[in-house]
Amino acid sequence: MRQQRWLGPAMFIPAILYIVILVGVPFVMAFVYSVGDVKVGSEGYHFVGLHNFASVLKSPTFLLAVRNSFIFTISSQILVLIGATMLSMALQEAFPGRRFFRFLILLPWVAPVSIGSIGWKWILDSLYSVINWVLVRVHLVKQFEAPVWLGEPKLAMISVILVHTWHMLPFATVILLAGLTAIPKDIVEAAAVDGAGFFRTRFQIILPMMLPIINVAVLFGAIFTFTDMTVIYILTRGGPYDSTQVLPSLAFFTGILGSDLAEGAAISIFLVPLLVIAAWLVLRSAHRAEVT
Amino acid sequence: MAPRRARTWVALIVTWIVRIVFAVILGFPFYWMLITTFKRTSDLYNLDNNPFIFNERPTLEHLRLLFTETLFLRWVGNTVFAGAVVVLITLLLAVPAAYALARLTGGWGAQLGIGIFLTYLVPSTLLFIPLSRVISLLGLQDSLWSVIVVYPSFTIPFSTWLLMGFFKSIPRDLEDAAMVDGLSRWGAFVKLMIPMSTSGILTVVIFAFTLVTQEFVYALTFISTAAHSTVGVGVPTFLVRGDVFYWGSLMAACLITSLPIGVLYNTFLDRFIEGFTVGAVK
Repeated sequence: MRQQRWLGPAMFIPAILYIVILVGVPFVMAFVYSVGDVKVGSEGYHFVGLHNFASVLKSPTFLLAVRNSFIFTISSQILVLIGATMLSMALQEAFPGRRFFRFLILLPWVAPVSIGSIGWKWILDSLYSVINWVLVRVHLVKQFEAPVWLGEPKLAMISVILVHTWHMLPFATVILLAGLTAIPKDIVEAAAVDGAGFFRTRFQIILPMMLPIINVAVLFGAIFTFTDMTVIYILTRGGPYDSTQVLPSLAFFTGILGSDLAEGAAISIFLVPLLVIAAWLVLRSAHRAEVT
Repeated sequence: MAPRRARTWVALIVTWIVRIVFAVILGFPFYWMLITTFKRTSDLYNLDNNPFIFNERPTLEHLRLLFTETLFLRWVGNTVFAGAVVVLITLLLAVPAAYALARLTGGWGAQLGIGIFLTYLVPSTLLFIPLSRVISLLGLQDSLWSVIVVYPSFTIPFSTWLLMGFFKSIPRDLEDAAMVDGLSRWGAFVKLMIPMSTSGILTVVIFAFTLVTQEFVYALTFISTAAHSTVGVGVPTFLVRGDVFYWGSLMAACLITSLPIGVLYNTFLDRFIEGFTVGAVK
């Protein structure tokens, strides 16, 4: 039995070390960089206090990126939530072809997002957009006045929100499906016997019971959206005129492409408050699970 | 009962409309990749043609271009290689860690497990700037090994979390009996628990691998030479020459990459979702 005392730690310490070195250390370094003067290729480190934050907060691009990040995250999560609730209810019961439908519906989440986004870049092409072709054919717009989806600020924002929603919807749907299967069937059947109709059952009985699982879907969805830049990088590179620039993409363009590691780090630090809130919510729900 | 039956019909129709509308919207880009892959260039770029159908005979030209004149196969090879090494590192570290945290550490093992899961939420867009320095200190910049070293930092947390749940579901009595029969704790782990968790371990293999194929930000940050790239970065960035998009070949690459990963991931998705919903589904 004596060997057990060291066997446990010996088995989990390597994994913990790996994570500490490649997540913990860089996490702390991000803070250290944000109050220093590090650039790509520069030597040494000088503490500069809040200088980087001051210069970031003065930049109009940064303020725009903060605003865009919230617009991008909140709009796409609202759309995801509505879509996923409808879709999960429609997919819950067995029906012919369910497996095929499920596969098709999951593809936007399981295919690499950079690849799916390139597909959309072609669908939203300035000249050969299939959407515009349809719009012209049904005489909604004229051939040479067709919308330039990724070239006009408002349309570009709408496009990246919709494409990101397309990517995240399956993830929320499967989470909600997992929650739906946990709702006892007899409650729904009892409601039907009492005369509750299709829509009433859904809105007044199933939906309230889904709330805890909807919270989980929104929590993870919001984190993955607020901290991601892939769809935006591929479709617009933050343009036109920074109209789709979000915090992660701005950190990338400043810190990596612009070589100003310190200012890039300062920008990405603004992702931390949301992460802290998210971590707190995860801990709370895990704690609740232990108590019950 | 007449209104009741009418209601059931309405319910059925509404449900099918939802299913079909979402399937069409969500699946459309993949249909578009498919049709673009086989269309002749003259057909693709003629605005008078109906883009939904083949107006000219289909062609294999885009596929030929993709396989013979681009680095596509190289990127696929890089990705498979990186995925295999990352899976190996993940298994070596996560399987013992998950077992130890599920069995040998009592109450605080569970706390530590949650702590490890939380690190999965720390995004690449917060860590990429410091990590780019770490990578260059290690001399790995612009090498495929940069992502091989970094990717386990997110595959290990999720895999450990999933496997902890898996080990906990195996009854303790089995190990106790094996240990009474003379196996050591380590022996029970290697000879009993690992064989019994094959399906959990297989799930982790698939996930670590698909997460590698899907990752974009780190690969974009650390690797700048086309030949060292992974497929997720190579296709959207290096397949575009200057400002010219070879849409036929590009869409072929997208389709060929998406489908196998999609099928693989789809098979094990339910387990992945369990990892997120622990605590909310009872």
